Amino acid sequence: MEMVLNSLGRKVPLELSGAGSFSPYASPYAMLGRPGAFGGTRIQLRRPMPSRSKIVENIEKAVELSGLQNGMTISFHHHLRNGDAVMPMVLDVLEKMGFKGLTLAPSSIPDVHDCIADYIRSGLINRLYTSGVRGELGKLLSRGELEIPVVIRSHGGRARGIEEGSISIDVAFLAAPACDPLGNITGSTGPSACGSMGYAMTDARYARHVIAITDNLVDYPLNPRISIPQYLVDSIVCVESLGDPKKIATGAARITRNPVDLKIARDSFLLMKASGIVERGFSFQMGVGGASLAVAKYLAEYMREKGIRGSFGLGGVGGYLAGMLEEGLFDAVFDVQSFDSAVTKSIHEDPRHIEIDSSWYANPFNAGCLVNNLDCVILAALEVDCDFNVNVLTGHDGALRGASGGHQDTAAGAKLSIVAAPSFRGGVPSIKERVTTITTPGETVDAIVTERGICINPRREDLLGSALKAGLPVVDIEALKEEVEKLTGVPRPPEFDCDKIAAVVEYRDGTLIDTVYARKQ
Amino acid sequence: MSGLILLNTASAGTLESSDCLVTVSPAEKLKLEYKGANSEIFAERTKAIVENVLKKYGLGGAEISIQDQGALEITIKARLETAVSRACKGAAGQ
Repeated sequence: MEMVLNSLGRKVPLELSGAGSFSPYASPYAMLGRPGAFGGTRIQLRRPMPSRSKIVENIEKAVELSGLQNGMTISFHHHLRNGDAVMPMVLDVLEKMGFKGLTLAPSSIPDVHDCIADYIRSGLINRLYTSGVRGELGKLLSRGELEIPVVIRSHGGRARGIEEGSISIDVAFLAAPACDPLGNITGSTGPSACGSMGYAMTDARYARHVIAITDNLVDYPLNPRISIPQYLVDSIVCVESLGDPKKIATGAARITRNPVDLKIARDSFLLMKASGIVERGFSFQMGVGGASLAVAKYLAEYMREKGIRGSFGLGGVGGYLAGMLEEGLFDAVFDVQSFDSAVTKSIHEDPRHIEIDSSWYANPFNAGCLVNNLDCVILAALEVDCDFNVNVLTGHDGALRGASGGHQDTAAGAKLSIVAAPSFRGGVPSIKERVTTITTPGETVDAIVTERGICINPRREDLLGSALKAGLPVVDIEALKEEVEKLTGVPRPPEFDCDKIAAVVEYRDGTLIDTVYARKQ
Repeated sequence: MSGLILLNTASAGTLESSDCLVTVSPAEKLKLEYKGANSEIFAERTKAIVENVLKKYGLGGAEISIQDQGALEITIKARLETAVSRACKGAAGQ
């Protein structure tokens, strides 16, 4: 296998048997700025007889009608979070029907779906495209048990892949929280309401065949909100339940009370303020984890006090951002994926809470995605390194245990991208000489905020000046790394079997940014 | 301080996050059992901490078990020293 070094010094393959050919990563914008349109996937036309109902009796029947064959590609969306029962339900049917060698291309894989490991062992699935993997599945893949390496893509990268044709979905299975007999769908109502269906919208538009699975068949026409229109849906299967409502309908994530996270959040906010971007028309994205969400608390207080009205919030939307919209702190919120069902009411009732598809969110190869308009994004990290590269995919044992998500998309698009992370977690330092896996290039990360100080990327001299002027605790990243290692000691780096690739990591433009090898047994 | 003798099995620490539970028993040679989520990546580091503490107290051997819940080096050292001193209790009284 021919491997080359990319611009970040990571060895990546040019060709992977079964997974296609790749170019090495060069720079965040190397593939952009080329005039003219180029070929993309077309919407797939069908010729059904006119009908007043697309309901079929069960999943098996719907699969038969779809023409699914061994070796084809199937997709799912992950909007039902850890409550999703649809992916296991469908895979179980496909297994019983005797399918082999399918490519599984979900938008991501919820933590609970360890069953996929069994379907890889059984031969039902032999290729996997995803944003991330965790749990037992991550361990299995990190043992190199899947012959063809997993291709990891960001949310924007996946939308790009579908629209350019490198991911070609044969059958999309859509968990539909509300659906009418002709297949108009929304995620904002019903017992399994999940909010936005942004990832499913892209799958439905380009798949050759779309099967909706619902536990909430409503009278025609579904109204007032339709996320996915009937002309994209081939058949509908009614089931008892889409999953565990308690895990689908999670309440709003609470703001952390952990003092370390609060300190990180406060300093992140102060850096935003010092950079001068928090003014009328400000746009913002944050995660929901620990420090990330808490930044919004300080931001909201400041915007309220100063009477600053932002332009838009983007996400990955949780209850807190929806609350800021309701309060009038932002003009609008764009929502590709609702993090908790606390936002379902907002997306259903507030026209300023706009449901967007994954291409609109982050595809670098359309005429303009929303991440490009971000002023600031607050991101998390498993590890960072002295070159400001970020790893959100592999743990300190080297096993796959995270997801690329929108990390590299938002970091590249936002004017100010801040990684908010504790300097060590569970006794293990977060700052490495070299991260185990690069998912987001340091060229797109402006600052790393820890409880022991703020590291500013040397590429951002302007930001360093603003931070120092505001009296913020700026620290050199190498010095911080040493300080932390004095407390924790230096962990032994994970050992890999460099003959066996477990996964390749795409940058958002489709070039390869890194390779994940199987762990040494 | 040198030439301490371990008389009993004793422990120190807790199983709280960021702490560790250290148990020390008398033994001829060093036998270390290091458990926890970080046991692989911090195996050498922890062995070095243990050897340094044993050396400091002039102990030729001990059976030591450490359940690490993500403790810093200084925490492991403090728990280990406390466990050792507890395991030596009785020596002074005899």
